[in-house]
Amino acid sequence: MNAPSNLKYATSDEWFEPASGKVGITDYAQNQLSDIVFVEILVEAGDAVEAGKAIASVESVKASAEILAPATGTVTAINKGLADKPETLNSDPFGEGWMIQIEGGAAGDLMDAAAYSAYCESRAH
Amino acid sequence: MTDQTPKIVEPTIFDLSSPGRTGVTFPAADVPVAALPPEHLLRSDLPLPELAEVDVVRHYMRLSKFNYSVDSGFYPLGSCTMKYNPKIDEDTCRLPGFVYTHPLQPIETVQGNLALMHTLQEWLKEISGFAAVTLQPAAGAHGEFTGVLMMAAYHKSRGDTKRTKMLIPDAAHGTNPASVGMLGMTVQQIPSDARGNVDLEKLKAACDDTVVGMMLTNPNTLGLFDEHVEEVIKLVHDCGGLMYGDGANLNALLGIVRPGDVGFDVMHFNLHKTFAVPHGGGGPGSGPVGVAAHLADFLPEPLVGIIEEGEGDEAPLFGFVKPQKSIGRMKAFHGHFGGGFVRAFTYIALHGAEGLKDIAQYAVLNANYLQARLRDTYRVPFDRICMHEFVAEGRFEGSDVRALDIAKRLMDYNFHPPTNYFPLIVHEALMIEPTETENKDTLDAFADALIQIAQEAKTDPDLLHNAPSTTLFGRMDEVKAARELVLCCWLPENYSEA
Amino acid sequence: MTYIPISPKERDTMLKTVGVKSLDDLFEAVPARHRFPALDLPPALTEMEAAQYLGEIADHNETVRGDLISFLGAGMYNHYIPSVIDHMLRRGEFYTAYTPYQPEISQGTLQAIFEYQSLMTALTGMELSNASHYDGATATAEAVNLAFAQFRGKRAKVVVSPAVHPQYRAVIRTYTQGMGVEVAGDDLAIGDQLSVSGLETLIDENTSLVIVQYPDFFGRVHDYTNLIETAHGRGALVCVVANPTALAIFKTPGEMGADVVVGEGQPLGLPLWFGGPSLGFFTTRKQYVHKMAGRLVGETVDNKGQRAYVLTLTAREQHIKRERATSNICTNQGLLALASAIYLSVLGKNGLKQVANLCYQKAHYAAGALNKLKGYKVSSELFFHEFTLECPQPASEVNAHLLEHGILGGYDLGQDYPALKNHLLVAVTEMNSKEEIDLLAETLAEANHD
Repeated sequence: MNAPSNLKYATSDEWFEPASGKVGITDYAQNQLSDIVFVEILVEAGDAVEAGKAIASVESVKASAEILAPATGTVTAINKGLADKPETLNSDPFGEGWMIQIEGGAAGDLMDAAAYSAYCESRAH
Repeated sequence: MTDQTPKIVEPTIFDLSSPGRTGVTFPAADVPVAALPPEHLLRSDLPLPELAEVDVVRHYMRLSKFNYSVDSGFYPLGSCTMKYNPKIDEDTCRLPGFVYTHPLQPIETVQGNLALMHTLQEWLKEISGFAAVTLQPAAGAHGEFTGVLMMAAYHKSRGDTKRTKMLIPDAAHGTNPASVGMLGMTVQQIPSDARGNVDLEKLKAACDDTVVGMMLTNPNTLGLFDEHVEEVIKLVHDCGGLMYGDGANLNALLGIVRPGDVGFDVMHFNLHKTFAVPHGGGGPGSGPVGVAAHLADFLPEPLVGIIEEGEGDEAPLFGFVKPQKSIGRMKAFHGHFGGGFVRAFTYIALHGAEGLKDIAQYAVLNANYLQARLRDTYRVPFDRICMHEFVAEGRFEGSDVRALDIAKRLMDYNFHPPTNYFPLIVHEALMIEPTETENKDTLDAFADALIQIAQEAKTDPDLLHNAPSTTLFGRMDEVKAARELVLCCWLPENYSEA
Repeated sequence: MTYIPISPKERDTMLKTVGVKSLDDLFEAVPARHRFPALDLPPALTEMEAAQYLGEIADHNETVRGDLISFLGAGMYNHYIPSVIDHMLRRGEFYTAYTPYQPEISQGTLQAIFEYQSLMTALTGMELSNASHYDGATATAEAVNLAFAQFRGKRAKVVVSPAVHPQYRAVIRTYTQGMGVEVAGDDLAIGDQLSVSGLETLIDENTSLVIVQYPDFFGRVHDYTNLIETAHGRGALVCVVANPTALAIFKTPGEMGADVVVGEGQPLGLPLWFGGPSLGFFTTRKQYVHKMAGRLVGETVDNKGQRAYVLTLTAREQHIKRERATSNICTNQGLLALASAIYLSVLGKNGLKQVANLCYQKAHYAAGALNKLKGYKVSSELFFHEFTLECPQPASEVNAHLLEHGILGGYDLGQDYPALKNHLLVAVTEMNSKEEIDLLAETLAEANHD
């Protein structure tokens, strides 16, 4: 599984980019969910979010998941394009598939890329 | 792109339409013709298809042949109780006296219907050990919602407003937490122990004064009767909670044990599972709810009651009554009378007490027989005497064959697959419920097929990955369906992309 | 009588394979003190006896075909059901199948539901339909769930017209009692002209949904276009509860701009059956599909390149989304959706229009005849096949008199609207002949002389 080193990771499989404040779901998460057909972002720009609280809901052909904020802060932007192209979460989870951007906040208890890769590996069986 | 145009096996009813054809005509008006309202209040076009009766009959006959059904073969779908549906039920529910009665007729003119409903209420009480029964809920999930509403109303009536948490085992049907979600309560999941029972220690830790109650399916979705059911109920009662029984698996308990006797406070019945109301390709179901005496005042309105006792040998006058603290009405009118109550009533009348016990005993025998024949080939993670169903793992050491592949391959052997990927606590679950209406030859043939498929998984796994290969239709592109979302074959003129 | 096909000898062989001595030994996990209760039920009947017994019970009813002349509607209507429908429903391949979870061997059910969805969108003028709900009342309650979910619970008010079916309003109240939803409007007074006023002023920024009925419970046909515009202006959605027969001739709620159109499907080829089972149809616009409860069939292809159908967007539903699902609904009214699809197919464009026109003509003839009677007055507003009749005495007394003459007069509106205790709601369908209507008029005239 791909896990870029500039990102931090939550045990619930979201990533957080400290430099930009962007948030999304990981390659592992999109692979587990399989073909994603619906994304609903539950927060708007200006909303306060708290680490561990739901920010989005995702549905695939066979599963549904709540996406939790990996950091606490204020939402500055949401990726509006996802609603029309939910499959972006499958094709480019770390790039075009970003979900929201947060500023002024503190990251929750997150892992670095190496720890997260090991964590994914441990769940493969 | 041209070669991707799908091949049409059966045109839709709209494809078959030809302008000017009519299937049914009605007599001309026998009254003077009144003017229709002004045109701006009328619709311009009615884009329904136009066909002759024979076109319609042949279309639906062809469609019927695309279906697998209980009448065509073995349908061991776990937790669905796909038993044989006696043909006499189809005749009794269509008796003109039942079919042509309006729900709002004066009660004096529908004493037959009301007597049948009252008797069915009494029979269900006797079978389950509850003090009162409502027939109104339209399906199992609707019955659950009814039950949870009553539990909430009970606590509220006692001023006990702290209770917001429902305890639900990890093996439960999705409708349990969804019913609770509709009331804005929270769900606390309780794990199962190594023998497939509720984990008592974990339950103890969860029991506090915020518990609304617990929703327990017993036998559970592993097909196992909880060996500590009385202790589970005591723990829930001791913290002030109520015990909800999900009656999905009642087929195993008829004449064996009455949930009301064991201490359940409320339970829904599935007339379409236990009492042979046919499943109809997904409904209608019927989900009456039984309650212990302390919940009877909360039942939905209306119930059928005796308005006036009859003198001597005369029948009483039946009518509708409203319980004192009723949660209200769950649906319009009185429930699934014709398709549900009449069939279930017929079925119980045919069986009597001994016949009902036979149903449970043979349902359980059949499940245990299949489990015994298959346990050496398919791992049964909770391996003990099961009730009406059991759950095996559809996977093999060192093979990439999955439960889905096994399920699809069974179609090539002309069997309907078992429920798969449920319950969630078993890897690659295959949940097998044979019911009491299958003979030994069928069970043996099914077991032989599954053993053969396990062999194929070793020798020719692609046979399974590509299955089914002998059916008219193959595996579906579910991603295309969800992404392109074509939900009707006709679109209004003003249809616009949302 | 049982349906168990296992001989005693086979049973013994099977018990041996399982490793127990007797059937009773299979139940040792059941608490001993509660095991094997003696059930007090009547002795089992043979099929012949059961057929006779049920026949006797059915004979204790007076039916609207033969025993009584019926002008009773109020949500369920006495229409003619073509024979072909039940012949198709009796195919075991349809009625003994389960939910089509295995699409390879369930294309019959799946295509039939897809066609039902298509027929319902054609009828309502909406963009999509689900596979059906329990009945008109619960479909209406599911519209409340949709709107609540659409606004993520932030708009907590639902405005319901008092001219929506009283039982539907009761069901909405039951469904919403744990949701923190305020139901407003349904207690608005019905004026003596049966007017509804003040509904629009209740619609505000906190309103998620406005519910009106078409024709309304009193049978009247209103164009809701302006009301819908007002509601949309305040950000609320609008649900129209519609009678499907009326939609054959009247402007569709889709054309008026409705967001959700629901209703009772019984008029579409389903028996009265003392009130059920029937079906609730549910249609909406594409943008709300993910918040809509219930099953949905979509078109796709199989691996042989054949057009085929599957249950789609299932991750919205309770078996996957569990407590986060919009609704707990699991079943649909599959077999009855099939019946309605066959009804709409075999009547088709011309047949359904003919039924609707016959209802309209006969109801208007009846209204004219009753309005001429001394002491009786018919509401002057535009109606379809049901109208209110103001009587010279309480409707309950009028009905009692009619019943003595074998006539079900109509629905006594005083049961739900105290101000209307002298009002009957009279329904007329294609099943009512001119003779029956004339007899109703004569008998009502007599009632006034009593």
